[in-house]
Amino acid sequence: MTTFQLAASGSGEHRVLTISLFVAFVLATLAITVWAGRQSKGTEDFYAAGRQFSGFQNGLAISGDYMSAASFLGIAGAIALYGYDGFLYSIGFLVAWLVALLLVAEPLRNSGRFTMGDVLAYRMRQRPVRTAAGTSTIVVSIFYLLAQMAGAGALVTLLLGITGEVGNILVVILVGVVMILYVSIGGMKGTTWVQMVKAVLLIAGTLLITVLVMLKFGFNVSELLGAAAENSGKGSAFLEPGLKYGVTAMSKLDFISLGVALVLGTAGLPHILIRFYTVPTAKAARKSVNWAIGIIGGFYLMTIALGFGAAALIKPDTIIESNPAGNTAAPLLAQEIGGGAGSAGGAVLLAVISAVAFATILAVVAGLTLASSSSFAHDLYVNVIRKGQATEKEEVAAARWATVGIGAVAIALGVFARGLNVAGLVALAFAVAASANLPTILYSLFWKRFTTQGALWSIYGGLFSSVILVLFSPVVSGAPTSMFPSVDFHWFPLNNPGLISIPLGFLLGWLGSVVGKEEPDTEKYAELEVRSLTGAGSA
Amino acid sequence: MDTAPAPPEGTSGRESLSAVQASSEFGELRKAHRSFAFPLTVGFVAWYLMYVLLSNYAGGLMGTKLVGNINVALVLGLAQFATTFLIAWWYSRHAAAELDPRAEAIKTRLEGDA
Repeated sequence: MTTFQLAASGSGEHRVLTISLFVAFVLATLAITVWAGRQSKGTEDFYAAGRQFSGFQNGLAISGDYMSAASFLGIAGAIALYGYDGFLYSIGFLVAWLVALLLVAEPLRNSGRFTMGDVLAYRMRQRPVRTAAGTSTIVVSIFYLLAQMAGAGALVTLLLGITGEVGNILVVILVGVVMILYVSIGGMKGTTWVQMVKAVLLIAGTLLITVLVMLKFGFNVSELLGAAAENSGKGSAFLEPGLKYGVTAMSKLDFISLGVALVLGTAGLPHILIRFYTVPTAKAARKSVNWAIGIIGGFYLMTIALGFGAAALIKPDTIIESNPAGNTAAPLLAQEIGGGAGSAGGAVLLAVISAVAFATILAVVAGLTLASSSSFAHDLYVNVIRKGQATEKEEVAAARWATVGIGAVAIALGVFARGLNVAGLVALAFAVAASANLPTILYSLFWKRFTTQGALWSIYGGLFSSVILVLFSPVVSGAPTSMFPSVDFHWFPLNNPGLISIPLGFLLGWLGSVVGKEEPDTEKYAELEVRSLTGAGSA
Repeated sequence: MDTAPAPPEGTSGRESLSAVQASSEFGELRKAHRSFAFPLTVGFVAWYLMYVLLSNYAGGLMGTKLVGNINVALVLGLAQFATTFLIAWWYSRHAAAELDPRAEAIKTRLEGDA
């Protein structure tokens, strides 16, 4: 069955329903955004929602920010196509939260105000380090945005049955415009509420599909797995590691690289880090991570049912034909479990799940855009360009304009990324975050001999090495699944650069600190350390 | 020195914070955090990497079926979920008992001086 037939067989009813549900979500969340925008006054409101959310609220919002199209569409697709190997994403994405919980969330909340750059630049010379932090924030967020836009493109193709450019571009523009409205009007408060609403919808939708799938297999996991193995045509190998990554020695290295990037990336993602500023205390930040771990963990457990369910119930060819990277496996599963293509139940479930997926993408791109425009305004514009001499009003205005600019970039990128697996793309964002941000965050908080030179070497070294390795990897060129499949200029064999670039980021941070003549600012470190552990004098 | 508050921004309280940092009270807080969080981080990262490496290089073991179609790989994967939940709970308990009271005492003293 081709995508066109698949969509057409629903006789368009599901499309009307999907669009109605989606419009309802957009209108409701825009209303929230306008309400939130009216209450927002200065920078404290725009960047950090007045630090008034509770641990539970923020935990829910973190989940909404984190469970992206990569988690929902990408992991389900990766499991549906490659079986067990897709499951690594779920595990890495979850375990990674322990790094945030044990080492980053609380000290960050205590020592920063609005951005990741606040903490990185605390003990350092402000302008160079903020420039570096702002640059890496924006690069990481753009990688992540690319993944979300790829997910949006895949959904459009499935829903509207159009593989052409026009429909795709229109929807990407729509997503971009709504996201710009959320962020520029509602700031952090509006964005947080959108993420909470979306988290609830996503969990509810996933739970529904999970229960329906498990019902079909009498709540017997073994039976579900058996059916998936059989239907996949690969037998028990489908349930074992190695189908995607076990082929060659190099692809095994790629698997390790991916695994390392996933587990170390989360605590370096700027859009996650700024969420810790929306609660009043470090204790509340800890509580929000605990809630997030519970919610996200539960969700990833359900991806097992989603992915293997799709593998069990849908022919692999159908999944690949609909989207070569598997990004539409979850909505296809919803249609199948509701009664199949052409049935009313199938149409309704497909519509519901597609609307949830759109909501997911919207909420995540809003979080990403907020993180990058905050960093642009607070780190680059106010502290570097204006040398700290801007009024709050000017700062918020700069952040709003940055939102529009970054939204435009996201829209432009969205057009390119359709055929790539969104989970794989997000893993690249994780690799860049783990290489460029995490080393500097950890050194800043815990190593007293860390210097400005170390910070700069680490951020730029991690950033450039990871981005350059991606650029010359099979992700971009030289393979049928590449972004540009028709050209080949790749020389780096791995899809994920983490294995090289993360150790490099750590190494350069250490090296830059010990080789220079620069003396570490011990007084400033005393201030940072006392503040980060006790919360004395925190914003 | 004892009159300097912890400033929200700026430099006036630095000396007092250096003294706090050097105090035995703060040393205990730092130790209570680091001696718990650092080894535990090394531990769970190692445990996770072991799982990744087993997936790569111990296909035979990972493919061993335990019950029905449930194999070692799936059980170890689910064990990663379990340990993540467990460690989160364990750290929070440790923090509430060992970190929060110490941090609160230092913070109150510092801010009370203002």
